[in-house]
Amino acid sequence: MATTDITIDTRTAPPPPSTKAASAAPSLILGEHQLCPGCGEPVALRLLLETLQDLGVVDRSIGVVGHGCYGSFVRIMDIDVLQCLHGRAPSCATGIKRMRPESVVFTLQGDGDMVNEGLQEILHSAARGENITCILLNNGVFGDTGGQQTATTVLGQRTKTSLEGRNPEQHGYPIPIADLVASLQGSGYVARGAVSTPGAVAKTKRMIKRAVQSQLDGHGLSLVEILTMCPTGWFVPAAEGADYQGASMEPVYPIGELKSQENERA
Amino acid sequence: MTLELLQGSVAITRAALAADCRFFAGYPMSPFTPLLEAMSREMAGAGGVCINAESEIEGANMALGASAAGFRSATGSCGQGIALMQETIAEAALNETPLVVFNMARNQQDYYQCTRGGGWGDYRTITLAPKDITEAVEHTQLLFHLADKYRAPVILYGDDLLSKTQVGVHVAPLDLPELPAKDWALDGSASGTGKSRQVWTFAMGKKNDPGPGPDGQWKRVAAKFAEIEPVEARHEGIHADDAETLVVAFGSAAKFAEYVVEELRGEGHRVGLFRPITLWPFPGAALARATRDVKRVLVFELNAGQMIDDVRQWAHDRDTIRFIGGVSIDEHGLAYGPLLDAPVIRERILAEHAEPAVVPAGRS
Repeated sequence: MATTDITIDTRTAPPPPSTKAASAAPSLILGEHQLCPGCGEPVALRLLLETLQDLGVVDRSIGVVGHGCYGSFVRIMDIDVLQCLHGRAPSCATGIKRMRPESVVFTLQGDGDMVNEGLQEILHSAARGENITCILLNNGVFGDTGGQQTATTVLGQRTKTSLEGRNPEQHGYPIPIADLVASLQGSGYVARGAVSTPGAVAKTKRMIKRAVQSQLDGHGLSLVEILTMCPTGWFVPAAEGADYQGASMEPVYPIGELKSQENERA
Repeated sequence: MTLELLQGSVAITRAALAADCRFFAGYPMSPFTPLLEAMSREMAGAGGVCINAESEIEGANMALGASAAGFRSATGSCGQGIALMQETIAEAALNETPLVVFNMARNQQDYYQCTRGGGWGDYRTITLAPKDITEAVEHTQLLFHLADKYRAPVILYGDDLLSKTQVGVHVAPLDLPELPAKDWALDGSASGTGKSRQVWTFAMGKKNDPGPGPDGQWKRVAAKFAEIEPVEARHEGIHADDAETLVVAFGSAAKFAEYVVEELRGEGHRVGLFRPITLWPFPGAALARATRDVKRVLVFELNAGQMIDDVRQWAHDRDTIRFIGGVSIDEHGLAYGPLLDAPVIRERILAEHAEPAVVPAGRS
């Protein structure tokens, strides 16, 4: 029978706990956000900012931000930003990136911004192979205006403009924008992540990193669709947002990479 | 000075390049199309970018993005296409991004569109209306200067004649004053320093550098246009000092009217021309002076009467004003119709000039 040689030294203090804890605020965030309790967007935005730091491209990063709740976040986001018209971020980003090809240019858009108002912009920018990274924060509702139906609202979802739940006869079907973008030749990397569980958060961060790396490698438009929680817009308790998202959105919008250079080579 | 035979669109393109324009995006629409084609031909050779955008909305926003990144940029269209761009033009005005817009219009029905806009907010667009290609070359360079000087959208009101006619022209760089560096432009270098920049109509700024906020920003923008108005108004008077009959016209129509006025002067008629060069700011104070001693003011414009509103606002005596223009478009709907013809304009001026002047009661 093996004996253990571990001894516990009770005379000295234990080593300090790990400082790797997520409580350390990223230096690119200058203060506290004002988004609702249970909102998934702050996590997604933080992942993006941490990725820019990890890749060492902060001092050449320019953001183009559409209209939505995340717009309030921009005031505490230490990144050069153009806040543009609803839906037009990929077009504005095109102008910036074409003139400053050395920059890392990203767009931040909600589903109402990108898929309703800006459907043409995202599809054409992808088709042109614009070398930008687009981040879609998809919560399936217009959060900023109080929870109305968007083009990505899943069937059965209750919103302020589909009170009995979205039904295809009246409201049509949701648009899987990431699949559309992935089908275009000009896109280099497309993935769909979520921020509803710790595992999903870690996976999504890897996706964002690969998307920005795809831009650095010049592979064309990269898109990460991130499913985020909007308990306020969904009329569910804040603590139930993550479970609700998992049950309602993820079956319609499966998590995973839809397109990458590795996939192409495989 | 060597003259080169150039199509108007090519001459304007060369002028834009001489003004350091390095980004252009537009969507084909006649008679703007030749300008887009010329830009796409010549921009790459000048180290710039020209994108054949998939819509006017995209083209205008691409140009806005390039401008926000600190580069001289332009877009363009005509009529209906400019209507689609109005959201972006208003945005550029309110977030203070320079943007040059070429309206190569089909006739003169875009006057309200250029001077009143169709976007939201308390903004105006400096609008220059060249009478010919030579002047368009100057105006193009001046517009890039004014756009940067005031950080505002500006419009060149051209037309199908300016777009497609070929003339001998010399594109010489204008000698314009130096402008301050664009320290507001987004290049990413301030990201992560705690002093990152923000371009936004609501101008709430960053936590470390709070902006004026919407109320302060929009008051500031409105005050800026109030400052521009008296300073940038431009006009030209031809035989206007001693005219009994003063014709008011702009753009290509003014060039035709100028020819007719010279012809009538040669025959002894006391006829003159007042030409607003800037449609906004409208040279109202100058028009008030020029119309003080005339017997009649004849407004010739190729629309149902749009600039006449500004003439009515500023003329010394509203009762002297007559409209001698009208809607006139060719059978395709793309170019001027039969009204833009010297004999027609001559006939309309003489019909009024020969009439005894109506002197309203109370005016001696």
